[in-house]
Amino acid sequence: MDLTIIKLYDQEDEQKIMSVVDEPLYPIAILIDELKNDDIQLRLNSIRRLSTIARALGEERTRKELIPFLSENNDDDDEVLLAMAEELGGFILYVGGIDYAHVLLPPLETLCTVEETVVREKAVESLCKIGTQMRQNALVEWFIPLIKRLGAGEWFTARVSACGLFHIAYPSAPDHLRAELRAVYKQLCHDDMPMVRRSAASNLGKFAATVEPAYLKTEIMSFFIHLTKDVQDSVRILAVEGCAALGRLLEPQDCVANIVNVIIEFAQDKSWRVRYMVANQLYDLCEAVGPEPTREELVAAYVRLLRDNEAEVRTAAAGKVTNFCKIVSLPLAVHSILPCVKELASDSSQHVRSALASVIMGMAPILGKEATIEQLLPIFLALLKDEFPDVRLNIISKLDQVNQVIGIDLLSQSLLPAIVELAEDKHWRVRLAIIEYIPLLASQLGVAFFDEKLGALCMQWLGDQVFSIREAAANNLKRLAEEFGPEWARQHIVNQVLEKINNGHYLYRMTILNAISLLAPVMGADVTKEIMLPVVINAAKDRVPNIKFNVAKVLQSLIPVVDSDVVDKIIRPCLGELSEDPDVDVRYFAAQALQSCDQNMST
Amino acid sequence: MVISDGNDGREKPLLPSENGLLSRPLEWKLSQVFGECAAGEEVQEVDIISAIEFDKSGEHLATGDRGGRLVLFERTDGRDLRSRKELEKMETSMVLRHPEYRYKTEFQSHEPEFDYLKSLEIEEKINKIRWCESTNNALFLLSTNDKTIKLWKVSERKVKKVLEMNVDSSFHFSNGNTLGQFEAHGPVGSLSNGSTSDWIGSSTVGTFMPPSNGIPSLHLPVVSSNEFTHVAKCRRIYTHAHDYHINSISNNSDGETFISSDDLRINLWNMEVSDQSFNIVDIKPANMEDLREVITSAEFHPTHCNILAYSSSKGTIRLVDMRQSALCDRHTKLFEEPEAPKSFFTEIIASISDLKFSRDGCYMVSRDYMTVKLWDLNMGSAPVATFKVHEYLRPKLCDLYEKDAIFDKFECSLSGDGSRVATGSYSNLFRVFGTQVGSEEATTLEASRTPNRRAGHPLQNSGRNLIGFGRRTGGKGSDVDMNGGYSFSSKLLHLAWHPSANLIACAASNSLYMYYA
Repeated sequence: MDLTIIKLYDQEDEQKIMSVVDEPLYPIAILIDELKNDDIQLRLNSIRRLSTIARALGEERTRKELIPFLSENNDDDDEVLLAMAEELGGFILYVGGIDYAHVLLPPLETLCTVEETVVREKAVESLCKIGTQMRQNALVEWFIPLIKRLGAGEWFTARVSACGLFHIAYPSAPDHLRAELRAVYKQLCHDDMPMVRRSAASNLGKFAATVEPAYLKTEIMSFFIHLTKDVQDSVRILAVEGCAALGRLLEPQDCVANIVNVIIEFAQDKSWRVRYMVANQLYDLCEAVGPEPTREELVAAYVRLLRDNEAEVRTAAAGKVTNFCKIVSLPLAVHSILPCVKELASDSSQHVRSALASVIMGMAPILGKEATIEQLLPIFLALLKDEFPDVRLNIISKLDQVNQVIGIDLLSQSLLPAIVELAEDKHWRVRLAIIEYIPLLASQLGVAFFDEKLGALCMQWLGDQVFSIREAAANNLKRLAEEFGPEWARQHIVNQVLEKINNGHYLYRMTILNAISLLAPVMGADVTKEIMLPVVINAAKDRVPNIKFNVAKVLQSLIPVVDSDVVDKIIRPCLGELSEDPDVDVRYFAAQALQSCDQNMST
Repeated sequence: MVISDGNDGREKPLLPSENGLLSRPLEWKLSQVFGECAAGEEVQEVDIISAIEFDKSGEHLATGDRGGRLVLFERTDGRDLRSRKELEKMETSMVLRHPEYRYKTEFQSHEPEFDYLKSLEIEEKINKIRWCESTNNALFLLSTNDKTIKLWKVSERKVKKVLEMNVDSSFHFSNGNTLGQFEAHGPVGSLSNGSTSDWIGSSTVGTFMPPSNGIPSLHLPVVSSNEFTHVAKCRRIYTHAHDYHINSISNNSDGETFISSDDLRINLWNMEVSDQSFNIVDIKPANMEDLREVITSAEFHPTHCNILAYSSSKGTIRLVDMRQSALCDRHTKLFEEPEAPKSFFTEIIASISDLKFSRDGCYMVSRDYMTVKLWDLNMGSAPVATFKVHEYLRPKLCDLYEKDAIFDKFECSLSGDGSRVATGSYSNLFRVFGTQVGSEEATTLEASRTPNRRAGHPLQNSGRNLIGFGRRTGGKGSDVDMNGGYSFSSKLLHLAWHPSANLIACAASNSLYMYYA
């Protein structure tokens, strides 16, 4: 708005406007001043509005004053520096376009050297953003020297940042500079500081993608091989990721020749953390190198990881077992992986078993009916009897996958005790988890089985000591009613629920009210009016105010469900009574409900 | 075996010295004293030094005290414009002069706290200091008290003064006021609530079209800076991870992790993540009745990122290889003295109070109450050498026990080349032993302005296995002897050897003494 004023007065006498212009500029003036305020929040504010300041100063002064000013301003708090690094990434517009993009490099270069990692990473990100927009000659003139300066920086922070910039400049560099850049990168891979080598390892994939195939096979591979032999575990861990990235870039035969061996070596690394990374990423690696070598060599490596003596590694490997089986041939999976799976099902670590349980059901469709019954079923059954609830829950949660292949009957015998035990677990979170799965189970098991075995459980949860369980139980009833239909619900749920309204404790009575309001929309107008509404109306005479105002709330929720004459004849009088209750909360909610009665009538 | 490349093809700064070129015993001279009490001045409890540490280059020295403060010293001699690396090379090749230090800065690292949940007071006393890699001319160090570890950044900062502003400072309201003021004058009343910037944001979107040359009346704040000051800033706080008292911290050669150990557990941290740590060693028995030993110290190997050693109250050292497993409760290698004759005190005095690796990582030194032991990482069955620090105290163990002095935790420190080890004793004395085979060096020095005052003592220079330095005093049971005996109250617990020069910094109560040779 203020600037429209400027335009307005633009053509008029300058004398006249100065006083007016100054006033609208006042906030911007303050904003600029606050770049140096003592309060960090105000400085942060100003930095976040850097584009506003730049526009007020104009392009030329932004280049000549603001950017140098920011370059000096590098000892501020991390938050301010982080914001600055981010803002500068989108600043090309304000310094006069692409032709002037290079003026943004110096402040970002200093930010690339600060000790706070997040600031450095943001600065590198912004540099990449600017670099991709810069013209080729500008990259050569400004960006590549910047990389070289950072790469030769005295402090490791600069060198760490340098690694993330090569892939931007390399494609634009002429041949002699390309050679130079590769040499700098090589140096970084051989740096004294493990931090720098880590950065070189994690950025190698990006850089390699821009390098010509001839150099990729020779130089880049030699950097990579060097990093894979690093004495620091933390460097080798990052080199693992490079396997997949480089594998995708290489020709299949080179990949098999170079990468696969490295993976196999990594899978036998002394450090469990490296093996853990392999276990986590082996599936990606296999995709990168293609199915052929996977079958021969990587399966063996994978099997070793499944039998690793470190539980963390086995956990990671077990979690990938289904995915892995998908990409190898069926006989191989049955022959080499399945035996390991059997061992893992009785692993000493619960985390391993839990990871296995969360994926193993997915193997059923892969193996087919017969193999599943023969091989997997015993494992399922064993895991269903596991002493740790997580394992059992994971199995139950994926029941549908098995059901499609072999049907549920074979499992149901073991399933029931497992469910009952989980339903009565002493940890309420476990009980909560199994309640969440009840609708899924119901749909898989069918009405008959459910009625017989699980119905009682669902009612039992309504009287649980923990509110979250009672709440979930009410919700569960609603979902069951949706699953099996209102007719079934009327027979099997409604009456049982309504009986419980006579519980001596008001908290349990409240749960029933909650259940009624959830069930009503599913059951429809008739059932609600005939069976449930009388119970609610009756509860309005409860001695506990909490029940009474919950009645008001429930009645409010029933208004859209029942016919309007029911509202008028039954609900409204009841609410009228409640609105004169001595308790202020009861009156409040009754008034609320009456209001929505009125709204309902008018629509 | 974990350590395979311990001895292959490297120069061996430590024993044995095959060429027979034994270095002569060093002659120690006083270099500097900091914080010495004036005569009659009483030592304040909070001023007593509780930790000393040189940084890797030896350019800086930090001390921590019971009052939770860190004091930093910087080297003043030999400063020139050459890069750090060159300087380091120079120092190791020829030590021109002994290093001298000056006070750099100090700051409050820890404050006394109260744990309301456990009704526990947490002292501010600094237990350990460790230096991290420095960047951008800023120094980084970790300091810990019993419960909380902090990462500090100490940097030189220009004192900035804003000289010129757009808005006269006398007219400079706080943000909210400015807005209110302006709103009243604003030509359009569409201002949203909130701060100046909200307001600008809403007003500039779309309509902000300043002249292409900008608005000349606006200018950036002009800042002048001529003074420098040291600013210490706490970068991270690592806390709530230890149930017991933290006895040591040690950073890893990978530059990204460190460990902290308390009586029963060792935790692994990432320097950048302060809200989670991984427990890697836990020796807490299921039933605390079964507790037989506690962890007394833990340290990372100087070059192998996966190896750490921890010592116990039973006098054993365990080497752990973090590559083998996520939980390192099972050790890879055990270093233990062959069974010694037992007495009531043997178990107490066997407790290791400090453990250090040599710089090349091939040896360790440990300090227990009576001795310093040198261990070869390849030999767990027995120490390579044992140096008796104050053997004359052995008959007095009972007294020491009654006075709780027997639980004093003395530190030890290896010289940069590993050829000598220094450790403290009572009466503000400290001892320097030669570690090379055949070395007879066993010097006793006093942390005072005249370190060699006791040089004439008959027991002084008589070799490593002799019974130490103290003179049996006539007064039975007296632990203070004004005539040059020993005093249990003035104990020299903390000392550090310069990483490359023959310079020892040691703390006697609140004073820092430095000696060179």
